[in-house]
Amino acid sequence: MIAQEIIKSLKAAIWFMFLTFPIMVIKVNTVYKTIEWRWMNMVFIGVGVFVGSFVWRWLLERKDKPSAKKESISTRTQAYLAENPISKRALQGALLVALLFFPMFMDAYQINIFTVALMYIVLGLGLNIVVGLAGLLDLGYVAFYAVGAYTYALLNTTFGMSFWIVLPIGGALAAIFGILLGFPVLRLRGDYLAIVTLGFGEIIRLVLENWNDFSHGPSGIAGIDKPNFFGLELNLNQMTDGVYYMMVVFTIITIFFVGRLQNSRIGRAWLALREDEIACQAMGIGRTRTKLMAFALGATWAGLMGVVFAAKTSFINPASFTFLESAIILSIVVLGGMGSIPGVILGALIMILLPEYMRTFSEYRMLVFGGAMVVMMVFRPQGLVSNFRRKYSFHGVDERLGG
Amino acid sequence: MENILEVKGLTMDFGGLRAVDSVDLYVKPKEIVALIGPNGAGKTTFFNCVTGIYTPTKGDILVNSNRGGVRINGFKPNRVTERGLARTFQNIRLFPNMTVLENVMIGKHCRLSAKIFGALFRDKKTRAEELKAAQECYVILEKLGLEKTCDELASNLPYGDQRKLEIARALATEPKMLLLDEPAAGMNPQETVDLTHLIRMIRDTEQIAILLIEHDMKLVMNLSERIYVMDHGQKIADGTPVEIRNNPEVIKAYLGEDIDA
Repeated sequence: MIAQEIIKSLKAAIWFMFLTFPIMVIKVNTVYKTIEWRWMNMVFIGVGVFVGSFVWRWLLERKDKPSAKKESISTRTQAYLAENPISKRALQGALLVALLFFPMFMDAYQINIFTVALMYIVLGLGLNIVVGLAGLLDLGYVAFYAVGAYTYALLNTTFGMSFWIVLPIGGALAAIFGILLGFPVLRLRGDYLAIVTLGFGEIIRLVLENWNDFSHGPSGIAGIDKPNFFGLELNLNQMTDGVYYMMVVFTIITIFFVGRLQNSRIGRAWLALREDEIACQAMGIGRTRTKLMAFALGATWAGLMGVVFAAKTSFINPASFTFLESAIILSIVVLGGMGSIPGVILGALIMILLPEYMRTFSEYRMLVFGGAMVVMMVFRPQGLVSNFRRKYSFHGVDERLGG
Repeated sequence: MENILEVKGLTMDFGGLRAVDSVDLYVKPKEIVALIGPNGAGKTTFFNCVTGIYTPTKGDILVNSNRGGVRINGFKPNRVTERGLARTFQNIRLFPNMTVLENVMIGKHCRLSAKIFGALFRDKKTRAEELKAAQECYVILEKLGLEKTCDELASNLPYGDQRKLEIARALATEPKMLLLDEPAAGMNPQETVDLTHLIRMIRDTEQIAILLIEHDMKLVMNLSERIYVMDHGQKIADGTPVEIRNNPEVIKAYLGEDIDA
């Protein structure tokens, strides 16, 4: 048994040493036209993989064991909070206080990072409606973000319209674009839907990049007004705080609304649509209506955040709305746990804050990120926080129904 | 129109293949009718046409309503369900990652009216409607003996209970008629007997008509008041169980032609 294990690990180690040989061992010095052979690197990789493969197999075994199938920490925590509303309120209150007093102890840089994280929480929750609840894989979500951002940028720079007036317009316009995308893809599912939405995202970006008269092309739009808070004259630091507090309010409203949507008649219909489309229709749920509603509502949040983004940075160009952005938002949803609100929040914090604080290791950032994604998908494909089902209790149903 | 469902000359072509060929059928209120036939006879296609999953090539499907018969050809499945025809599937199609109660509440969907603002602001009317829906669904589960599992995920139920849950979900749509596609498939003899009682009980307490496809002849003969037999897309016989049992056409379709004959 042990001999077999060792042989397995040896094979893995040799295989990895061979694969990484060109990049880890050979180093070409183009100035002196010499080749440097770094054999020590090969030894490090060999030993690392040899040990690592034992750990990997041990983790895999542990995962497959039936005893490991007991409810995860996240599920137990959520169950506890659902049964104890007082501790739930206390936790919410503590978080809120922490969020409110956060700017007093932090510098503008930290506040800025946190504002961005909050924006991604809202974006993640919006995409969560489409992907997590309704099960429609949308790879072009950033297009709606762009619609919102350009709505504010153009209306503000050409007509001088203020942030608070454009905010609902941006949301509504994004919703309309959501429906526009929704109509042609009503019949599509899975991979096909993903490809079409990917194309849609690229179309929007390319239009913005090439339609110079409309969007000023790749050079973007500068000098967009910052949001106006009750007509106060704010300096740069106060503005940062202002945007931060606005995002806190936004995030709370979003969490509240998405939570309610999820536990409503419409949320149930989305879940059913995700599970089985034919059965869902046969049970009396209109596919067109339900799907378009998911697309439109998901897009609305992106549009609102787009307006906030344009106002916050006061400069936008199409480079902010590439596919990578869609991919990041989608990773937030998948990493956190599809359909779970606490999951999406956690996912956004990890995905946005971790890279910021890991700037010192910036060379290895993408490597760590890629590795973390692979590990996640192998060991916790359902995401960090699994979706917690609401339970109903029935006491004295008969009396209330009158016998 | 006194029949609850009336199908006239229903024809369904898939390219050059005629899967259902001018079939006539009617179901009276509170009647249990069976549709039988060898594999590939077109029974499920017939169901799919009636419930709107396919749009039939020719023919009329009429459903009883307050204003006489309504032609429902080409209606989307959800509109058909709203008209009072609810179905189950041959291969179970529950929502596996939703709880048992949620599955049934999906059936209630088309009888509820909460819109987006109701969902967001959860006003008094929406809350009352949700509570009432959950309770009514719970009562349906009690009727079918599934109430103990109401917070379980549907995929965790044993096979027989999954079949029952499909019926519960269909009942939640408040149908006038239930279409069951092979409800006893994969059940053992005891479960089949229980199912027979269950179907009869549903008909008696809910006062609805039932049209079922089934291969289990014991169940069909015990339960149904009238039987339609299909073969190669055509209706080859209809009548009471006794008539069908002695019909030479039916025997030929099921057992093949005698070589001597």
